[in-house]
Amino acid sequence: MLYREVGQYKTTYEADHAIFPLLQDRIGIAVILAIAFLFVPFTASDFVVNSMLIPILIFALAAIGLNLLTGYAGLISLGTGGFMGVGAYGCYKLATAFPQVNILVPILLSGFFSAAVGVVFGLPSLRIKGFYLAVATLASQFFLSWCFVRVPWLVNYNVSGAIEVPTRTFFGIPITGPNATATTRYLVVLAVVVAMTWLASNLVHGRIGRMWMAVRDMDIAAELIGIRLYRTKLLAFAVSSFYAGVAGAMLVFLWLGASEADSFDINASFLVLFMVIIGGLGSLLGSYLGSVLILGLPIVLRTLPGSLGVPLNSATVEHLQFMIVGALIILFLIVEPNGLARLWQIGKQKLRVWPFPY
Amino acid sequence: MRAPSSEVLAGQVLLSVENVSLSFGGVKAIRDVSFDIRKGEIRAIIGPNGAGKTSLLNVINGFYQPQEGRITFRGETREKMRPYAAARGGIARTFQNVALFKGMSALDNIMTGRSLKMNRGFVWQLLRHGPALAEEVEHRRRVEEIIDFLEINAIRRVQVGRLPYGLQKRVELGRALAMEPDLLLLDEPMAGMNLEEKEDMSRFVLDVNNHYGTTIALIEHDMGVVMDLSNRVLVLDYGRKIADGTPDEVKADRNVIDAYLGVAH
Amino acid sequence: MDLLYQIFIDPFVQMGTAPDLLVQTLWEGLVGGVLYSLIALGFVLIFKASGVFNFAQGIMVVFAAMSLVSLYGLGIPAFVALALTFAIMLALAWGVERLVLRPLVNQPDIILFMATFGLTYFLIGFGELVFGGEPKVMIADQLFLPRGAYDIKMLGGFVSLQKIDIAATVIASLMVAALAVFFQKTRIGRALRAVADSHRAALSVGISLEQIWVIVWFAAGIVAIVTGIMWGARSQVEFSLQIIALKALPVLILGGFTSIPGAIVGGVIIGVGEKLGEFYWGPLLGSGIESWLAYMIALAFLLFRPQGLFGEKIIERV
Ligand SMILES: Nc1ncnc2c1ncn2[C@@H]1O[C@H](COP(=O)(O)OP(=O)(O)O)[C@@H](O)[C@H]1O
Ligand SMILES: [Mg+2]
Repeated sequence: MLYREVGQYKTTYEADHAIFPLLQDRIGIAVILAIAFLFVPFTASDFVVNSMLIPILIFALAAIGLNLLTGYAGLISLGTGGFMGVGAYGCYKLATAFPQVNILVPILLSGFFSAAVGVVFGLPSLRIKGFYLAVATLASQFFLSWCFVRVPWLVNYNVSGAIEVPTRTFFGIPITGPNATATTRYLVVLAVVVAMTWLASNLVHGRIGRMWMAVRDMDIAAELIGIRLYRTKLLAFAVSSFYAGVAGAMLVFLWLGASEADSFDINASFLVLFMVIIGGLGSLLGSYLGSVLILGLPIVLRTLPGSLGVPLNSATVEHLQFMIVGALIILFLIVEPNGLARLWQIGKQKLRVWPFPY
Repeated sequence: MRAPSSEVLAGQVLLSVENVSLSFGGVKAIRDVSFDIRKGEIRAIIGPNGAGKTSLLNVINGFYQPQEGRITFRGETREKMRPYAAARGGIARTFQNVALFKGMSALDNIMTGRSLKMNRGFVWQLLRHGPALAEEVEHRRRVEEIIDFLEINAIRRVQVGRLPYGLQKRVELGRALAMEPDLLLLDEPMAGMNLEEKEDMSRFVLDVNNHYGTTIALIEHDMGVVMDLSNRVLVLDYGRKIADGTPDEVKADRNVIDAYLGVAH
Repeated sequence: MDLLYQIFIDPFVQMGTAPDLLVQTLWEGLVGGVLYSLIALGFVLIFKASGVFNFAQGIMVVFAAMSLVSLYGLGIPAFVALALTFAIMLALAWGVERLVLRPLVNQPDIILFMATFGLTYFLIGFGELVFGGEPKVMIADQLFLPRGAYDIKMLGGFVSLQKIDIAATVIASLMVAALAVFFQKTRIGRALRAVADSHRAALSVGISLEQIWVIVWFAAGIVAIVTGIMWGARSQVEFSLQIIALKALPVLILGGFTSIPGAIVGGVIIGVGEKLGEFYWGPLLGSGIESWLAYMIALAFLLFRPQGLFGEKIIERV
């Protein structure tokens, strides 16, 4: 079927105000979801699911969180890793304190812990912006990292100092812990991530999303329109950290299975920030694309040169990865500051008028 | 010229500013200025560059906080406005250097002007169904009326940063109108426009005033426009009020002529 | 009650009963602060002249130190290696101007800021690839830096001053003085100050914007070399230093982004504050609070004086 809008007249504002006004887009989303939920679980190997799909989804969720804050509300944060950690440790405390409760409950509730912490560290955002705010969020990152190492209560005084994920079941099927299969964990992650993406999309397309973008683009004008800057910014911090927290909880409970403090250090913050920049600031789709690119890169580096007969050792792969990611950031900022998502849109635009060049 | 109708002259005072002074470090931007704006009038504020006109609007809607003086709006007197209270109370504003939300479409910019009027809470916003969607659509309808009125239908989906200056000014007016203000502050809405654009903008200003009964405070340098549109004119120079009256009175005022001809102070 | 005593009374009692330890702590804080100041100085140089907030200053310090040590490791005499390191930093400045700054000219500040994240990552990857990830030892002796310590008997105990720390403080002071002279007295220096105010002013001095960028980035590179040597001589040369180097950011918040005296005063406040905090209050919280104390000090400060120590309060316009 051709990608055309011809003949699709929107007769009501309801229809015109929909998030995907084009029929083809709606069909496309439905097909992708059907594949993700029905096809992938039965076909993809455990390796692909475990080392690619699950982390990509989880980090996409964290990137969506950061994108709400940085891309939509214009508040730069270098503290995502810390907020993810709050979610992970919060989830662990809840899951061990209330072992009989369904594990999905602590995973989702853990977002409230990180939202609360996010709001506290967002408090300076009323008085400071830009670089200053970035430094303020570094404070939260280093402080939280320190807490994860130094407060043994967070890991229930485990001698290893790490979170050890207990086995929990859902209708008798283990979904966390060593006995949970990759496919089950994938399905749980997918469901959570899809649902939260849908909610985020609703938010950014409505009043709150507009208020965030208004604050981002021209805070003075926003204030004079009657938008209360403080509340709006803090809401962005809260929602963003909520997303980061849930992502952190899933990272440990549904992917790693055990976790040390350095999963949530400043490098995690940068990783997510880079996904957002490369994917596209202010684009939910971009958060997925950024996650795919950043997490896909090391896999490509590990496998591609090997298959060409020049295998790289893992240290080299890591160094190359840093170099390439760094260069990509600069390249994207120069060539397409709106990231992969914008490239995607341009492609779609071309398709819309295909085969005519204009 | 628009004769100041006796009805307006006798009208109720919507906003009055008494003995306001504002300074930035050593710079005295406003010195002891008092004036009022009556319901339904178009009140022009003129004066050379740096006279303090923009600062005065900023004091009125609470962006600047004056060191001295009082502001009475709708009968309520306070030492300084707060931006939120001003917006709530029905004061909207356009800016000398367009202050649009550059990354958003014209439609979204104007929709943002309705933020205060939309009150479905966070949870509804998350779901974007039922009442939240109904509210969104209802406000979209009102915004489309404004878009029709300002004749910017063709650009509603365009990111405003890419629009030419004249259209940006129009979108900005649309955003202010979306607030359904009682008092509309326009800071040089026609600056940098060609004749045709100025005529359009004048027409919009008059229409807003006539149809919606919106009170307007207008900063403008083009004396022709000022004389045509306004009921009363306030003249500032070096932060001081040097004249206040009908366009004719002001035009004949000795101080005003001196200020504009650049007589040394 | 006990806690209140531990927080508000006990540390001061300790300071009073062992003043030699207090002096020792203050001294160490001072030296640490001087090094933070040096990194902050690199930030200030670049920010003043090009409006770019260069997140990569920390990695530039490590990169410079690594280059120096590795070149020496290849058998090149120490001072030749030092000269080559200068050349490397010049090449880096030139490359950054060509590949990053020039294509991004006129972009919003925040875009340039993020581009320096990219630069940071690139330099980390490139550096580890070339120099290897292992820690290295600074060639302090070969550069005739002193070692050992003066043990001074005072206040009923000993205060030990590392010679290298004294040297670091002296060299840092000389460096600041040299920069001040450069900015005040030389033609290029004046042009750099002019460019901070208006780009056209700089052009009228006859220096292109591109040249100015290369010059300030090179100047920041020189500061990075000096910092790298000093820092490396006090501990080790390793890539994780760049995280510690980020502590120059709170220093900047205190001192303001454009003020050289601000960078110095801010550095000393942070350095001393963090050492005192770690030594006297750290045991209460568990050690390691040094990793975040500097940021918290800056944050607390920000809430009361958002414009920094020396900055003026700016009221935005519309
Ligand atoms: N935010 C501010 N900070 C410092 N000075 C200001 C600020 N806003 C206005 N001023 C000064 O106040 C005076 C009046 O400015 P303004 O109200 O913009 O004049 P006008 O709009 O009449 O041209 C000018 O001298 C201007 O420099
Ligand atoms: Mg003005």
